[in-house]
Amino acid sequence: MDFLIQLFTDPVAFWNSHTLLVSQIGINSILASSMFVVLYSGQLSLAAPGFMAIGAYTSVLMDLYWHTSLALDFAAGTALAGIVGVLIGLPVLRLRGVFLAIATIGFIEVMSLGVILNLPITGEGLGLKNIDADPVGGVYIVLISLAVVVFLLWRLTKGRLGYAWTAVRQDELAARSQGIDVARYKLIAFVISALLAGYAGAAESHLSFILDPNEYGVPRTVQVLTFAVLGGSGNVLGPVVGALFLTTFPFIFKQAGDYIGVVSGAVLIAIIIFRPQGIVGRGGFAFVRPRWWPQPQLRAPSTG
Amino acid sequence: MGQQILNAIFIGSIYALFAVGYTLVFGVLDILNLAHSAVFTLGAAVTYTLVVNHGQSFWLACVLGIVVAALMGLVIEYVCLRPLRRRRAPPIAALISTIGLALIIIAAIEQGRPGTLFAWLWVDGANPVTMPPGTFPNPTWHVAGLTLEATKLAVIPISIALMLVLGYVMRYTQVGRGLRAVAENPRAARLMGVDVDRMIALTLIISSALGGLAGILFGVALGDISPYIGRDSVEVRGLAVIVLGGMGSIPGAVLGGYLLGLIEVLAVVLLGSNVRAGVAFAALFLMLVLRPQGFFGAQLRERI
Repeated sequence: MDFLIQLFTDPVAFWNSHTLLVSQIGINSILASSMFVVLYSGQLSLAAPGFMAIGAYTSVLMDLYWHTSLALDFAAGTALAGIVGVLIGLPVLRLRGVFLAIATIGFIEVMSLGVILNLPITGEGLGLKNIDADPVGGVYIVLISLAVVVFLLWRLTKGRLGYAWTAVRQDELAARSQGIDVARYKLIAFVISALLAGYAGAAESHLSFILDPNEYGVPRTVQVLTFAVLGGSGNVLGPVVGALFLTTFPFIFKQAGDYIGVVSGAVLIAIIIFRPQGIVGRGGFAFVRPRWWPQPQLRAPSTG
Repeated sequence: MGQQILNAIFIGSIYALFAVGYTLVFGVLDILNLAHSAVFTLGAAVTYTLVVNHGQSFWLACVLGIVVAALMGLVIEYVCLRPLRRRRAPPIAALISTIGLALIIIAAIEQGRPGTLFAWLWVDGANPVTMPPGTFPNPTWHVAGLTLEATKLAVIPISIALMLVLGYVMRYTQVGRGLRAVAENPRAARLMGVDVDRMIALTLIISSALGGLAGILFGVALGDISPYIGRDSVEVRGLAVIVLGGMGSIPGAVLGGYLLGLIEVLAVVLLGSNVRAGVAFAALFLMLVLRPQGFFGAQLRERI
C-alpha cells in the first residue's frame, strides 16, 4: 500500500524511485498491444518474444558495430522484425487456434534456442553488453511511443481495417462470403503485431546495459498473453490496463512477500473466472451460481 | 550409439506418458491444460518430500505422489475449467486460468523451505535435489558396452504398460466409450445419458495421474528434482509431441513422444548438443506447416 500512497502524496519522489518500473510498464503495454492486434483479428499467435529478440539484437548490434543513431537502430530493428513477420506469417497463418499458437511457440523456441544461442555475433548464451543504454532517459521514449501506439491502434480498430478484423474474428466463413480477403487482413494484423513487438524489443534493449538471451522464451509469451487476455482483448485499452495491473501487482501487494507468486496466481484465476471477457471488457461480473444455490424464479409472460 | 538409442527410448517414454495426459484433455475439452507441467513437477516434488522430510517408504511415497497429482486434476476441473464452462467463456479464458493454477503450484514449491508456509511441501527452495542413495534399489549392469541402469530401464515397460491399459480402457470399456462420446460431441453425449461433467472430471483425474507419474519417473531416473523440471523439460516439448502425433490422438501422442526422443538424440549426435532443442522445434514447425493434422490426427477441424 505504501506504493500507492506515495504515488498520491509525493509523485516526484515516486517518479524518481520508480522510473524503471514505469518504463517496464510501458514496454509491457506495447507488447500487450502487439498481442492485442492478433487477438483482435481472431488469431492466437504467441510469436511476440521472437520478434522482440529480433528487434533488440538488431538495434544493439547496429549500435555496437556501426555506431548508428538511436532512431536508425530502432527503425532497423522494427523493420527487420516486420520482414521476418511477413516470412513467418505467410506459411503459418493457414493454421487456426491452438495450432497457430503451437507453431508460433515453435518459432520462438527456434529463435531463442536455435538461432540466438548458436550465432557467434549474438554473444551466444552470454548475451551482449549494450554500452550506450540509457535506463533513466529511455522512459520518455517508451511513454511517448506507448501513447502513439495506443492512438494508432484505436484509430485502426475504428476504421475499415478494424471492421475487417472484427468480421474475421467473429466468423471467418461469413467474412469471406462478404468479399473480405481473410488471408490478407490476417497477414496485416500479424505483421503489425510483429512490428510492435520488434519495436518493444528495441526499446527494451535501450533500457538495460545487458541483453539477456533468456528473456525471449516461452515464459515471456505466456506473460504477454496474460496481460492481453486479463485486461480484455476486445478494447484497445484492455491490454494496457492488464499490463499496468500485473506489472505493478508485486509492488502493490508487498505484504505478500515471498508468497507473491501464489497470491498472483489466485488473483489471476479469480479475475478470469468472474470476468472472462477481461477487466475492460463489456458486461458486468460473471457470478457462477453453484448447483445448490436457489434458481431465480422465471416469471411466466402475462397472457393479458 | 547404442547407449544414445537407449536414452532416446527412455526419455521418449517420459515424453509419451506426459503427452498422453495432455492430449487426452485436449481431445475431450479442446483446451490446452497449461497446468499439466506443474502437475508433473508436483508429483516428483511430493514423492521426494514424503521420502526425505516425512520418512515414508519410497513405494508409499510414489503412490501418494500419484494420488496428489490426481487430486490436483480435480482441482483443475473444479476451480479452473468448470466455472468457465458454465459461463460459456471462450477457450482462451481457460488457458489463462490454468496458467494461474500452474503459477500457484510452482510458486508454492519454490517457497518450500524450512520456516515457510510451504515447508511441508518441499525442502530446498529453487535448488535441484536428488533422491538420497539407497532409497530404492538401483543395480547397474554393463552389457556389450552399454550402461544399463535399472531405474531408467524400468521406466520403459511401466510407460508402455500404462499406455496399453489406457488404450484398452478408451476402446473397450463403458467409461472409455463415454469419454469418446464426450470428445466427439458433448451435447449428443448428454442426450445419450452420459454424465458429461463427471466424464470431464474423470479425464482430468486420469490425465493428471499420468502427468504426476511421468514426473516421478523423470525425477527418480534422472536424479534431478526441482520446481522447474516441468517448465524446462516437458512443457513445450509436450506440445511438440502432441502436434507430431496429431492433436487429441492417444496413439499419436505415444508415437510422437518416442519420435521426439529420437529426433533430439540424433540432433545431439549429428549436430552437437547446442542445437538439441532448436532442432526439435524446427521439426515441430515444419510438421505444422506441412501436415497440421499430425501422423494420427483425424480430419482437421476448426478449433478455437
